[in-house]
Amino acid sequence: MLVPLSYYLTLSAILFTIGVFGIFLNRKNVIIILMSIELMLLAVNLNLVAFSAHLQDMVGQVFVMFTLTVAAAEVAIGLAILVIYFRNRGSIEIDDVSVMKG
Amino acid sequence: MTAPEFFFFIFATITVLSAVMVISSRNPIHSVLFLILAFLNSSGLFLIAGAEFLALLLAIVYVGAVAVLFLFVVMMLNINFARLREGMAKSIPIGASVGAILLVELILVLGAYGFRDADHPVLIAQPIAESGPTNTHALGSILYTEYVYLFQGAGMILLVAMIGAIVLTLRQREGVKKQSVPEQIARRREKTVELVKIKPGQGMGGEV
Repeated sequence: MLVPLSYYLTLSAILFTIGVFGIFLNRKNVIIILMSIELMLLAVNLNLVAFSAHLQDMVGQVFVMFTLTVAAAEVAIGLAILVIYFRNRGSIEIDDVSVMKG
Repeated sequence: MTAPEFFFFIFATITVLSAVMVISSRNPIHSVLFLILAFLNSSGLFLIAGAEFLALLLAIVYVGAVAVLFLFVVMMLNINFARLREGMAKSIPIGASVGAILLVELILVLGAYGFRDADHPVLIAQPIAESGPTNTHALGSILYTEYVYLFQGAGMILLVAMIGAIVLTLRQREGVKKQSVPEQIARRREKTVELVKIKPGQGMGGEV
């Protein structure tokens, strides 16, 4: 491995933390929350790839593909829900979601 | 510092900085663009780790599809983003404390745990050949044999997501004049055209 494993792990820990912090920071804005989730998934992918390279094992890279699949599906559904929510409500504030009336 | 480490630090720095900009930027369009930058740089990190196929896949899937979807939604919806930023300062302390605790925990885990060496034979499920086929070839030869059911399942997930997104966002608007091809085809002459014999000087006689 060209770069030590600990560098990758530290980087992905930082990225994951930034994602968690982003969710707290933009509590009202669903779009930014979805982007923060993407950042967290990216950190997970980095971990998988780094361990795959460290252990000389291909399976980690296979699982990165599945994570990518889930991330893409999640974004598609999330944004679709966001669009219909905006169509019904005229805003995307999360606080309004607790009102279960269409 | 070797050349790979040098490039690792460049890519890692830009990734972290753009991730910070994603969550703190005032304009969501800038957030999406910084997200693209973060993904491009982390695909560089994938390249350094030797996962060439996944690096390009990350660039194609994220920059080509996911980020464009984000941009599309941000631009399509007329959202008052200034209102969404109200009360943001209130949530900074709790978010920062949770984030700091999480980061410290993660780093403590990394520091305390000794990872096994690569030459430990028990852990390796699919060894990477040193001088064998390319990364794409190796990935495909595992993905289409050993993980073929999971691969099909991933395809099903994408299919369900696609159909779900279409079903969710499709709407029938009332009062919009649109062409309906089946209705046009099902039209028959006997039902729509009527031959009326009119005597001279009497007109239709009130019946239409």
